[in-house]
Amino acid sequence: MGYERQKDFGTPEAKSAEQVTLTIDGREVTVPAGTSVMRAAAEIGGDIPKLCATDNVKAYGSCRLCLVEIEGARGTPASCTTPVAPGMKVKTQTERLAKLRKGVMELYISDHPLDCLTCSANNDCELQDQAANVGLRDVRYGYAGDNHLGLETDVSNPYFDFDASKCIVCSRCVRACAEVQGTFALTIDGRGFASMVSAGQEVDDFLSSECVSCGACVQACPTATLQEKSVKAIGKPERAVVTTCAYCGVGCTFRAEMRGEQVVRMVPWKDGKANHGHSCVKGRFAWGYANHADRITKPMIRESIDQPWREVSWEEAIGFTATRIKAIKAEHGARALGGITSSRCTNEDVFLVQKLIRAGFGANNVDTCARVCHSPTGFGLSTTFGTSAGTQDFDSVEDSDVILVIGANPTDGHPVFASRMKKRLRAGAKLIVIDPRRIDLVRSPHIEAAHHLPLQPGTNVAVLTSMAHVIVTEGLADEAFVKERCDWDEFQDWARFVSDERHSPEFLESVTRVPAKELRAAARLFATGGNGAIYYGLGVTEHSQGSSTVMAIANLAMATGNIGRRGVGVNPLRGQNNVQGACDMGSFPHELSGYRHISDGATRKLFEDDWGVTLDAEPGLRIPNMLDAAVDGSFKAIYIQGEDILQSDPDTRHVSAGLAAMDLVIVHDLFLNETAHYAHVFLPGSTFLEKSGTFTNAERRIQPVRRVMDPANGYEDWEVTQLLANAIGCDWNYTHASEILDEIARLTPTFAGVSWDRVDSGEPLQWPVNEKAPKGSPIMHVEGFVRGKGKFVVTEYIPTDERTGPRFPLLLTTGRILSQYNVGAQTRRTANVVWHEEDLLEMHPTDAENRGLKDGDWTKLASRAGETTLRLQVTDRVAPGVVYTTFHHPLTQANVITTDNSDWATNCPEYKVTAVQVTASNGPSEWQEEYEALSTRARRIEGAAEMEPAE
Amino acid sequence: MSDKTTRIGEIVAEHRHREGPLLPILHDVQHEFRCVDVEAEAAIADALNLSRADVHGVVSFYHDFTPTADPRPVVQICRAEACKSRGVEALMDGAKAAAGERVKLHTVYCLGLCSAGPNARVGDALYARLDADKLAQVIENA
Repeated sequence: MGYERQKDFGTPEAKSAEQVTLTIDGREVTVPAGTSVMRAAAEIGGDIPKLCATDNVKAYGSCRLCLVEIEGARGTPASCTTPVAPGMKVKTQTERLAKLRKGVMELYISDHPLDCLTCSANNDCELQDQAANVGLRDVRYGYAGDNHLGLETDVSNPYFDFDASKCIVCSRCVRACAEVQGTFALTIDGRGFASMVSAGQEVDDFLSSECVSCGACVQACPTATLQEKSVKAIGKPERAVVTTCAYCGVGCTFRAEMRGEQVVRMVPWKDGKANHGHSCVKGRFAWGYANHADRITKPMIRESIDQPWREVSWEEAIGFTATRIKAIKAEHGARALGGITSSRCTNEDVFLVQKLIRAGFGANNVDTCARVCHSPTGFGLSTTFGTSAGTQDFDSVEDSDVILVIGANPTDGHPVFASRMKKRLRAGAKLIVIDPRRIDLVRSPHIEAAHHLPLQPGTNVAVLTSMAHVIVTEGLADEAFVKERCDWDEFQDWARFVSDERHSPEFLESVTRVPAKELRAAARLFATGGNGAIYYGLGVTEHSQGSSTVMAIANLAMATGNIGRRGVGVNPLRGQNNVQGACDMGSFPHELSGYRHISDGATRKLFEDDWGVTLDAEPGLRIPNMLDAAVDGSFKAIYIQGEDILQSDPDTRHVSAGLAAMDLVIVHDLFLNETAHYAHVFLPGSTFLEKSGTFTNAERRIQPVRRVMDPANGYEDWEVTQLLANAIGCDWNYTHASEILDEIARLTPTFAGVSWDRVDSGEPLQWPVNEKAPKGSPIMHVEGFVRGKGKFVVTEYIPTDERTGPRFPLLLTTGRILSQYNVGAQTRRTANVVWHEEDLLEMHPTDAENRGLKDGDWTKLASRAGETTLRLQVTDRVAPGVVYTTFHHPLTQANVITTDNSDWATNCPEYKVTAVQVTASNGPSEWQEEYEALSTRARRIEGAAEMEPAE
Repeated sequence: MSDKTTRIGEIVAEHRHREGPLLPILHDVQHEFRCVDVEAEAAIADALNLSRADVHGVVSFYHDFTPTADPRPVVQICRAEACKSRGVEALMDGAKAAAGERVKLHTVYCLGLCSAGPNARVGDALYARLDADKLAQVIENA
């Protein structure tokens, strides 16, 4: 089928259970009460002309095109603002209506350019469609009068233009920005004939306004006024393929609108269960990295890392790699080999990589980047609830009354979900934010947290335990829930523990720096405010007490009865598109898929029988242990798929020493990333647009990834893994990712009911999908906890070893920004850099003044581990004593600063607390200069003259 | 913090408890500074937790708020139907001549004195039953 826009029902879906039957143009239709006449007509295939109505924003009733006649009603009401009523008789096409509509349309067109044939929205324009629908044949008013035809186009946004001359002032963009995105960056400037859509204030253009470039306005625009630059450059798409975004864990689904093998634009899919037709600047626009000049599409090898790269054929690269793997295995044994799976890749890619390592290499030395992000979530939630995942779907937030956000910055890290959350907050839900930094959710237009607890970094457990102290000692715990659902003895032990005076907010105030009164008020609100939902991010997990914090969160949810229904729950906001999936797929050294321990004989036998091999019963090494073992000389080779451990893992010097000590480092990636400086083999990877498979988002939703173009490198990622496996003696014969998914379903009880056909059909599938839950599980622990009784775990606050002192008096914590994604390998290679060209160090004005530093100064940031330099931003977003930076740029080398402290249970690194000193500096540090030189040297490719250093 | 933002802060504090505080704040700011400029819009937006665009949309909608200060006195002249029928249009040329560059004439539509037009207004003072001379006088005294 050719290109078609998604059907627009004009007004949002009504959620009422009550059904109403009416007649429209002689046809009977039954719809939920509260549905508009316009939507009811659309449900039965009608098409009432409309301009200001679109189904992701509320009806507005301004364009006067959708007028209808209703038997017994006066005049001609607008069908968008008129709700259906039982027995209503509506006529949508009459002579009287035709005349009215034509008259309205004439007025619109009298101030609109007639350049349809050369317009970039030609044949994809609602104004054009509606002119056709109403049968407009001429415009009696002429074009001599005042008009807006000469207005200039605002081209400031890198991804879309605003051509005011084509604007019909329907306000769809303004309303989408407010209702859907919740940024309120747009308004109507002026009144009457002078009314114009305006971003920000008089002095602003789109780029300088509050606009976050989510694209909601562009999608809402019925004309060419707000349109993607890519459409202007390329033309109208010819087909659309629905696929899943490869950025964060929200898992938005998009229509990849294509022309041939070229993406014209990515448009959020209205039927997407995670995003409901919304998007952020990354998924919507920042996909240009796939064709960036830096992308490597040919395999490369080198004997040693001081040599330039040599481009070779796939046969030679795979042969070279296999020979070395076999030699290392023969000399040092299977346990000298290992690998890392990627949370950016599909479930199928990940499953094959861990299969290659366990079954092909013969060792369990497989780990994943979740080690450095959500491994404590896995441990903490498995221990307390029995499953290693969030308990809710995203829609659940619509029923929350109190939302507690801790250690997460949703508007930047998970923007599409943040928009849902903000919508709920605007509708009256209360918000508690626990974060050292004043994130945007604390206060931004139309939302404000009831309580912001700006804790000292590293004191999460103390804050949560003192909240529990308030809830228990003030008798606010939901004991009926606890008695029914949890282990009562454990609860009593825990309640005694938290009730101790040393856990009171007053006692802990000197440690947490959170005013006791504020903390008590927040605890009371959470316990008594109705449905309480907790959302958390890496500010919880990336601490030496990460796992304890996750369990403290679980305790809080159980003690207040906030588990097992809509509107409540414990929800880790997963950082990466498929971090949930990568964990599910058996990426950890001790676990096979579905979180089953490798030492369990029955599980192992299941895999051994299916794979025809014998598996090592001993858990393998985690990433930091692999690096340690490499330095010790017992670990020799690593296969790293889609992760840049040199940049993303803690203590950069330790990582580089480990990698440098290995005989064989295989990097399978899109770009020559920082880790590749130490690689001997580079296997080019495929982007999410070039492969098939599935991603599992933060709500355990398994969604399809569809190949919309041929891989530029020749193979989908799982095919590369299969080539390597077969070259070292495996006999794999997968011909499509769906066959791998079948194997996953066969071997993993929580995935038993999953198949490619079901995923492909668009059926919502949230694991577990099996005999007990054939249709999946949007909300978990509904009848009871997966582990049986919910487990309360005593969480003793133990201060981190990382302390401030005279030499390092400040605490550094890190985070992300909206426009960039993690180490930035992708987003830095897109126009998103206009919003964030470098990482900045945020510091409170008092601390800056004490050091004689001002905004924009170069500063040296030093910790016990190392030092780097970056520019200063003076802001009161951070409290005195705390500094903050992002880690999107490799030259910043924020992880040169971070220490090797890690979570006691899972080794998840303590990124969020480092004692530092900040002083004036006049340029990059020695390490940064050396590193830049190393990067240039390590990236040389033979025959590529421009890559040679200019000696 | 500049004096202006301090003063705007005081104005906001005076009204923020009210239901719908924005319009009274804008009136006071306009009165005090003879304009609601870009800086004032941003300060008010921040204080009321609105977006800058929100405030700009309201400011630009009403003729009572101006983006730049105009030191000239303002004379509002009603040119709605009733005053038109009572002959205001014939007075306009004379009014423009009397105003020159010194006084700003501002057309409004109805001052609520329809039976006694043509009407004009300066500040809170209303003038009715105007003829050419009387209107010129009002403008000169403005």
